[in-house]
Amino acid sequence: MLAMSRNDILLFLGFTIAVLAMPIWLQPFGAAYPDLLQRFMIFGIFAVGFNILFGLTGYLSFGHAAFFGVGSYTAVWSFKLLSLDAIPAMLFAIAVSGVFALVIGYLSLRRSGIYFSILTLAFAQMSYNLAYSVLTPITNGETGLQLTLADPRHVDRMFGEAMPGQPVPTLLGQSLGGFAGFYFCAGFLIIAFFIAQRITNSPFGMMLKGIKSNQTRMNYTGFNTKPYTLAAFVISGMYAGLAGALLAVTDPLAGAERMQWTASGEVVLMTILGGAGTLVGPVIGAWLIKYFENIFSAINETILARFWDFLPDGLDHAAVVVSSKFVGEGWFLTLGLVFVLIVVFLPGGIMEGVRRIAHLFNRPDKSSPSQGKAAPQPQPAE
Amino acid sequence: MFEVIFLQFLNGLDKGAAYALIALGLTLVFGTLGVVNFAHGALFMLGAFCAVLFRQLLTMETVTIDPTQLSPWGQPLEVRAPLVQAWFGDFGAVLVNYSVPASIIITIPIMLVVGIALERGIIKHFYKRPHAEQILVTFGLAIVAQEVIKSFFGPNPIPQPMPTDLRGAADIGAWLGMQANVITYPIWRLVYFLFAGVIIGAVFAFLQFTTFGMVVRAGMADRETVGLLGINIDRRFTIMFGLAAVVAGVAGVMYTPLLPPNYHIGMDFLVLSFVVVVVGGMGSLPGAVAAGFLLGILQSFASMTQVKALIPGIDQIIIYLVAVVILLVLPRGLFGRRGVMEA
Repeated sequence: MLAMSRNDILLFLGFTIAVLAMPIWLQPFGAAYPDLLQRFMIFGIFAVGFNILFGLTGYLSFGHAAFFGVGSYTAVWSFKLLSLDAIPAMLFAIAVSGVFALVIGYLSLRRSGIYFSILTLAFAQMSYNLAYSVLTPITNGETGLQLTLADPRHVDRMFGEAMPGQPVPTLLGQSLGGFAGFYFCAGFLIIAFFIAQRITNSPFGMMLKGIKSNQTRMNYTGFNTKPYTLAAFVISGMYAGLAGALLAVTDPLAGAERMQWTASGEVVLMTILGGAGTLVGPVIGAWLIKYFENIFSAINETILARFWDFLPDGLDHAAVVVSSKFVGEGWFLTLGLVFVLIVVFLPGGIMEGVRRIAHLFNRPDKSSPSQGKAAPQPQPAE
Repeated sequence: MFEVIFLQFLNGLDKGAAYALIALGLTLVFGTLGVVNFAHGALFMLGAFCAVLFRQLLTMETVTIDPTQLSPWGQPLEVRAPLVQAWFGDFGAVLVNYSVPASIIITIPIMLVVGIALERGIIKHFYKRPHAEQILVTFGLAIVAQEVIKSFFGPNPIPQPMPTDLRGAADIGAWLGMQANVITYPIWRLVYFLFAGVIIGAVFAFLQFTTFGMVVRAGMADRETVGLLGINIDRRFTIMFGLAAVVAGVAGVMYTPLLPPNYHIGMDFLVLSFVVVVVGGMGSLPGAVAAGFLLGILQSFASMTQVKALIPGIDQIIIYLVAVVILLVLPRGLFGRRGVMEA
């Protein structure tokens, strides 16, 4: 298949099977309900796309949520104006966020390092603030953009009367609720993963990695690195737009808060937690964060009391009080702590942990040098 | 027309002063330790909550039920007596009234300890790590600090009253010999601006005129040589981190009457202050102060109705817009040096 190595094909097949079988193997974890699974897929795509920029080129963008938000708004407008079908909405969202990323990327990539991060942050915050204030006719401000019965939907009207009831996005007339929505998103995640895998292994991907390890040397070798970083930026912006559109498909309500810089920070967290620069890492990071967000924030004191019941009286009460700070509303505290620990002790994220453990089990004489890559990766020149 | 412009200029000063103070601390940390500290906004927030804590301690009350007195509903009357007032009499009442400025007394040691603990505990391990990882670990620390505060003080803003003598507005126009009651300005904002001026002046004087400051400046220019001369530069840099934390903390304390603090007040300021630092030029102390005031004043002008009518939405984006333009035209900000943080 397109000259993929055996390992790549195995990785891709394994990933596909793991994704498609999620409703089964997540059953024991209490996460196999469609709403959460859809989010797994959507933020997986977002993180995979972010990793194409950050993981490969080392450019840390703090404004990717803007593309996510633009994708959402475009998709909802496509539902409103043209048709409730999901496919044109996705195409429009990818195209519009791609153009948006092209403009922002063209300007931001004139600088590197923290200046690049601040430029992307500034653009994203501008989009967010405008979406809240002046662009209210387009974004519907704080209320959020949503579908109504009065929407024109020109294409749908051409093919007959609109269906009664609250309009929901469809795929060729099929409703996309529940597991149908999950498999729809899963298909996109698998395609997104496949493309990311091809990019990583292509000469283009090698070029991006070269930019990360030493851009000056790349320039001296005679490459103009700008078009490559810009291409990576636009591609990851399109991924973000796709993810935003999928979120609009599963829940057709687009709000400005998904463009805020905390949302950009979240995708950075996902990528780092899983392991920047690896293929599977960002997806796993996204899944873990979304999973624990759902599970931890649902735990309340009653559940904790039951959990700590085995402790002697008084002690169990103290345990409940202490641990209740870390769940429910306080789940972000857990996230922050875990995140600090990961950055301090395991800078490569979960994937590096996996690699280290795998390294322990390999017999020293059998392990090839490439497997012993637990040491810190060479970093871009300062 | 002149009055309007002058008033807007004044309005920008207090916000500009807050930006300048936070940006000063950020630049201090970056210039000495070379660390991009995303937790600096959290230090601002911690300072603000020192004020909240101080006031809560001061206003602790003893509630006794006095059966001899009856409330209008016939219930025994609850008598509340603030402990401080019970112990110190009138001085206690003054202390409660001036709780915000007085809380600086506890803020300075707390922030110094927090700053030094942060530097020794975590940040010192990140000197050699890439900037992206420094950003990430301090970002994580900021989340932790926020959530700890949230779990103790709750998610809602806690208003802090300003001292009764400093409420109301000052007639600045009359002071300057202009028509009375045209240019009036809240006294507390004036206090904040003067306070910021004092702090900024003190930090610069400290760096310029003391031996300690001279060593620190030498270390900023060439850390290794200073170390080779037998000076323990690491310890001085640690103290500078503590000092930066104190600056952020007292900036937060004094800002509480203007904006009731909640747990994410630091994050809101952090993003803007980073823009300020970068606009001023990474690593330049005068740049940070100048850019802080510049952006504060520009923001104030952009919120004028006349300007908003001309360019709708400009007040929402002006700071970011200025940042983008300056970064694209002057790649290193207003006062930045070459080759800082560009990898």
